[in-house]
Amino acid sequence: MTGLLSLITFFPLVAVAMILVFAREGAQGDQLARQTTLFATLVTFALSLWAWAEFDPSKSGFQFVEDFAWFGGTIRYHIGVDGISLPFVILTAFLMPLCILASWTSIETRVKEYMIAFLVLETLMIGVFVSLDIVLFYLFFEGGLIPMFLIIGIWGGPRRVYASFKFFLYTLLGSVLMLVAIMAMYITAGTTDIVALLAYEFPKDMQYLLFLAFLASFAVKLPMWPVHTWLPDAHVEAPTAGSVILAGILLKMGGYGFLRFSLPMFPDASVYFAPMMFALSVIAIIYTSLVALMQEDIKKLIAYSSVAHMGFVTMGMFALNRQGVDGAVVQMISHGFISGALFLCVGIIYDRMHTREIKAYGGLVNRMPIYAAVFMVFTMANVGLPGTSGFVGEFLTLVGAYKANTTVALLATTGVILSAAYALWLYRRVVFGELEKKSLADIEDMNLREIVVIVPLVVATLFFGFYPKPIFDMTGTAVEATLENINGKLKTAEVEATP
Amino acid sequence: MTVDMAQFNADLWATIPEVALACGAMLLLMLGVFAEKRTTLVTWGCVAVLAITAHLVATSSDGTVLAFGSTVIVDPFARFAKLLVLGGSAIAMLMSIDYLKDEKLTRFEYPLLVALATLGMLMMISANDLIVLYVGLELQSLALYVLASFARDNARSTEAGLKYFVLGALSSGMLLYGASLVYGFSGTTTFAGIAQVIAQDGVGTGLMIGLVFVLAGLAFKVSAVPFHMWTPDVYEGSPTPVTAFFAAAPKIAAMALFLRVVFGPFAGAEPQWMQIVIFLSIASMILGALAAIGQSNIKRLMAYSSIGHMGYALIGFAAGSQAGAQGVLIYLVIYMITTVGTFVCILLMRRDGKAVENVEDLAGLSQRDPTTAYLLAILMFSLIGIPPLAGFWGKWFVFLAAIESKLYLLAIIGFVTSVIGAFYYLRVIKVMFFDKPAAPFEKPLGSVNAAVLAASSAFVIFFVVVPAPLVEAAGVAAKSLFP
Repeated sequence: MTGLLSLITFFPLVAVAMILVFAREGAQGDQLARQTTLFATLVTFALSLWAWAEFDPSKSGFQFVEDFAWFGGTIRYHIGVDGISLPFVILTAFLMPLCILASWTSIETRVKEYMIAFLVLETLMIGVFVSLDIVLFYLFFEGGLIPMFLIIGIWGGPRRVYASFKFFLYTLLGSVLMLVAIMAMYITAGTTDIVALLAYEFPKDMQYLLFLAFLASFAVKLPMWPVHTWLPDAHVEAPTAGSVILAGILLKMGGYGFLRFSLPMFPDASVYFAPMMFALSVIAIIYTSLVALMQEDIKKLIAYSSVAHMGFVTMGMFALNRQGVDGAVVQMISHGFISGALFLCVGIIYDRMHTREIKAYGGLVNRMPIYAAVFMVFTMANVGLPGTSGFVGEFLTLVGAYKANTTVALLATTGVILSAAYALWLYRRVVFGELEKKSLADIEDMNLREIVVIVPLVVATLFFGFYPKPIFDMTGTAVEATLENINGKLKTAEVEATP
Repeated sequence: MTVDMAQFNADLWATIPEVALACGAMLLLMLGVFAEKRTTLVTWGCVAVLAITAHLVATSSDGTVLAFGSTVIVDPFARFAKLLVLGGSAIAMLMSIDYLKDEKLTRFEYPLLVALATLGMLMMISANDLIVLYVGLELQSLALYVLASFARDNARSTEAGLKYFVLGALSSGMLLYGASLVYGFSGTTTFAGIAQVIAQDGVGTGLMIGLVFVLAGLAFKVSAVPFHMWTPDVYEGSPTPVTAFFAAAPKIAAMALFLRVVFGPFAGAEPQWMQIVIFLSIASMILGALAAIGQSNIKRLMAYSSIGHMGYALIGFAAGSQAGAQGVLIYLVIYMITTVGTFVCILLMRRDGKAVENVEDLAGLSQRDPTTAYLLAILMFSLIGIPPLAGFWGKWFVFLAAIESKLYLLAIIGFVTSVIGAFYYLRVIKVMFFDKPAAPFEKPLGSVNAAVLAASSAFVIFFVVVPAPLVEAAGVAAKSLFP
């Protein structure tokens, strides 16, 4: 099926055009915008499932490839997916309709603009994962700043201006360094094609610089300690759906970037810098877990826990073995479900009470049994309880790290305990206990719309927790090919080094 | 000495666009004098003359033609730059109609001065000789001095005109002094002759000093730091359409001339001028980024923004390659179109019969006039250089050329300053989108201005879809600079 990927990527823009043309001012237009957006995101999701069905996991290399002349020279419109990028495309398309449903009533002002921003964001996010030209990749990667800046700034909380500026400038500074590296790669290798660049071997000393430049961008995006500080601010101020997208997908771009570019294109540098990456990952896991313990704002707590979970991702990847990389991919996808769901859970009570202070809640189980059950599932998944998808990723990354470096694995395991501490403590304070606060006396349980939003996430979390095989089937060949590519390059480097 | 009529004819035909523009401007001047009330007619007449001139430029024969004893050159580079300047002038002229009416400044001299300034720019672009260069530059500058103080009853406008004149005259003096030194040490005023002398004898001290002075004069015209002092005051004081015109046309012409001078006569002195250009570039980028942060007046902000953007364009010079020159041309096209759109939005800012110029006056525009607000936001994101908007590609080409020439430090400084600069563009967006609405503006955009804004933002958004025509045209133009 050629053209399918372009269709998935740009279909949301069709909905943008329709909203611009047909949706009028007023409540009716707003409703039309909501419906159009939901429909478009559902179609995109269906198309991405179709791509999954058509995808042949046994083949290595890229599928559904489209390749057209574009900017002259070697910069081409070249897209395609392999087992590493396809899960992220599906994840994006999966979370999007949920986000739209979640903002159905909570967004009341400038609805059309909100929907347009999300649709544009969807196109840009999917574009990141399907790009097979590094300039095209950069275009989508950086372009996402525009809608996200507006989403945080217009529909965000009280400190939204500060948060949106911080988000924008932090990410931009990281990205421009990557852009310098992209240009240097273009000049050196003479191509911007990712497939060709994956096969190209950069000189060793150049690899170090390129690696650091890419690190600047991906570390901010992921985010890694110590450049994670924009994330709690952005999460706290963003509207619920914005947080879901931020945690569910935008963060994954960093991890995807490491896996697609840093590791296979700069393998020598990756090995050289692996100890540093391990150290930063372990600090992220332990330090941000401790910070999460002390938070008084629910969203901030979840934001810090995201940083900790991303620490597992980088740790697994730089273990450079099958378990580690597999685990990192699963961890990213499952974190997409879990953190997205946790932010939705916060959004549900925030819509009712308009506060995110942990202190303002307590005893919710008495009035909201369904909510308590759902929140429990995701709290456990966040902790990494076996039977949830959170466990698979954490376990595999730890196994991978153990094979590479026992100390790192040992230290990272304490993070699992800490995550149990902050997550369960949060759960106890918010959900259990007596319902003492008067303001909570009339709080209502989840309505049908909210249940519809959350159920797919519950199903996904539990299904992939018990049966992660579909993910491994999809990613297996690609991960293997990536590792082979890295090891092959490392061997030739060794051979060259010994005269 | 007998005049070779055939040669003279050929020379005239080579410069037919300039001749047509000059004759057209004279005719319209007559019309303006004898039918004083017909100002709008004169304006549209000037636009038509510019359009005819552009048509003549576009349809003139390909390849390189030398005229008037090799003092004038018409090559693909000149054609490209001329079309750009003519477009910028025509749009700036159209944008002024409503504003001048509102400010009761409608006088027929306005379009004529713009047309004559444009004539000077065309001469600059085609200059292949120091004397032609100077004459073109002065014709342009004198018209611009008058335009800056066009609101003659307004103290700020007259101040802007006077400042521009005094500083401009100083810079012209420096340029002339430099030109005389170059002539003195090379024995010729033609570009080809100078290039030959440098190729044979290298760059002596005298030529070197001459080069520095010439570059200082040109740097003044493109407002590169440290010759930028006039820009914020003139941008702020001049009537807004004049400011738009300043940003759109003369900068482009001066940049084109700058390119011609460094890659033509002084191509052999590359190591010498390279240092100067790198300094100008870094200083402009840094000052443009930092000084704009504190500005509350949007016209001053755009002045510093233009200083910064000239710094980015100069990166392409510093690359010293054909790719660099191509990058500069692409950058200039994109910058011009983006700026013109931005100034349309500034023209919209009127309350109680007066133009308001504070960034804060835009507060909440997204709720009062969402279309304009979103289009202006897109232009601002493009000025930051966020892909997929056009502004990113301008940066892409100049920075790529710099990296190709191994100017890593310059590129990194450029990128970092562009992040710093992002702050003040974001502030404009923040005011429009995140702040509480202020009182509405007097009236919506007129149809001409709305069309200009729509065209400019459409270009900024859709450049990424069909980039090839511009990139290829700029490539052909840049190639002709490197014979």
